[in-house]
Amino acid sequence: MSKKPRVKLPKSAQKGEIVEVKTLATHGMETGNRKGKDGNKIPRLILNKFTCSFGGKEIFSADMHPSVSANPYIAFNIRAESSGEYTFTWIDDNKEVTEVKETMTVS
Amino acid sequence: MTKTNENMVRVDRREALKVAGASVLAIGFASTAHATPEDAVKYIGEKTGGAAATEGSAKVTIKLPEIAENGATVPITVVVDSPMTDADHVKHIHLVADGNPSPQIVSFNLTPGCGKAEVSTRIRLGKTQNVIAAAVMSDGSVHTNKQEVKVTIGGCGG
Amino acid sequence: MHKVKSVTAMAVLLGAGLALGACTTESTTKDVMKHPYKEVWSGYSTATPETRAMQDDDFANPYMPYVDAAAELWDTPAGEAKKSCADCHGAPDDAKGGSMGIPMKGVGAKYPAYDPESHGPINVELRIQKCQTDHQKAKPFKYESDELLGMTGLVVMQSRGMKRETKAAEQSDPLYPAWLQGKAFYYQRRGQLDLACKHCHEDNAAILVRAELLSQGQSNGFPTYRLKWQKPGSLHRRFRGCNNNIRSEPYAYGSDEYLALETYLAWRGRGLPIEGPSVRK
Repeated sequence: MSKKPRVKLPKSAQKGEIVEVKTLATHGMETGNRKGKDGNKIPRLILNKFTCSFGGKEIFSADMHPSVSANPYIAFNIRAESSGEYTFTWIDDNKEVTEVKETMTVS
Repeated sequence: MTKTNENMVRVDRREALKVAGASVLAIGFASTAHATPEDAVKYIGEKTGGAAATEGSAKVTIKLPEIAENGATVPITVVVDSPMTDADHVKHIHLVADGNPSPQIVSFNLTPGCGKAEVSTRIRLGKTQNVIAAAVMSDGSVHTNKQEVKVTIGGCGG
Repeated sequence: MHKVKSVTAMAVLLGAGLALGACTTESTTKDVMKHPYKEVWSGYSTATPETRAMQDDDFANPYMPYVDAAAELWDTPAGEAKKSCADCHGAPDDAKGGSMGIPMKGVGAKYPAYDPESHGPINVELRIQKCQTDHQKAKPFKYESDELLGMTGLVVMQSRGMKRETKAAEQSDPLYPAWLQGKAFYYQRRGQLDLACKHCHEDNAAILVRAELLSQGQSNGFPTYRLKWQKPGSLHRRFRGCNNNIRSEPYAYGSDEYLALETYLAWRGRGLPIEGPSVRK
């Protein structure tokens, strides 16, 4: 990805609180169904996997297909258990990995 | 050759256009295969290991616009009624379209760490069709619900 | 059923066009300043709640990653001069406008401005390019490139909520000739469909053509993330799309014709709040 994905995670939360996480990546999500100007099919190139993990453990993930819009937006929830770093990763069809880390303080 | 010529009937221009239009239409349908409601059901069956699904389940709420302004970016939110505890939680939410080139849209994999089974994203819908959300619970039960979205060819100008 | 409806709609549109085409559109000097609309409205007001929600939430607005990238470029020294935007202007939202005292706030509401060098209008995109060439001694971003779209979004955003203003319709204003040229463009029939801007956006604004609700063609939401494009785009891209749609040859990005039209459109949308980068269908 040429542009850094956006992640919105609250800086702090109460223990047990359920917080909303929003993510927005920048990617054309080429479906593989379109034809280019030369009449040939444009090969499929999408982000196919999104993962949110904490302490090496997956909390939430998504398996994406070409019917996900360009610039994928995914919002979900997590329960704040302890302070630490959350890792967000996006993987495309070429196995290129984009990673963003965000810290949340839980009190 | 001669026979063909003899059999030819004068076709006026309007008629010819109609024919041309119709043939394009026929080719159009032949070349772009679309998923059918049966394909969608089959796909859900594959993803859920064939468990009997509770259709039209009150546990699954889909928030989708009734009419999408543009099929390229349709916001969707799915909420599944679940306590999200270790003993009782939603494991997967599969979003399926019954009129896109392929039925699968996205599968969300949830854990009790989510606290709440509510996810939002934006999806592509090629035409007016049903979007089905299938929730797989930790006890293996499957709950589905669906909603129709009317897709307009919105936004003129290239 | 569908067919009948669409034909009726097109007939209404074309009929109205023909009827008005017969009338003279050239205004007298006296009512040159008279506004063509009783009420101006933004495309936002007719967007669906879902599209509005996407624009209202700055995080969820899909234009914003481009603006994020531009914010990094803003602070990055570039060109032979090794100067960054911040070196002269401070932070994008600096009310004082940094060491040069030229704040970005207000730019989106006042542009296109008069450029003494070209003796004509200059829009935000071209002004950014000019800054790159003149002050950074750098190769400017290409028109409609991700970088320029991001930077335009970042600059225009500083004027969000401010009202569009222009004096271009006053004879004493240096932009007056461009305003006249833009006005002529607006009322000029063109393309195979033989339609002028006004046929859709003045005579039939707020009317449905099949499923398409015609807008006033206002520019206050630009640059915009268009759901149809699935990416950000400039006002000139929209002009090109419009021209293509009526099957007329589009003009180049940053061309005099489109700059004049942009100048004229700003006047038609006076008082509308700046929304860029907006989200539109």
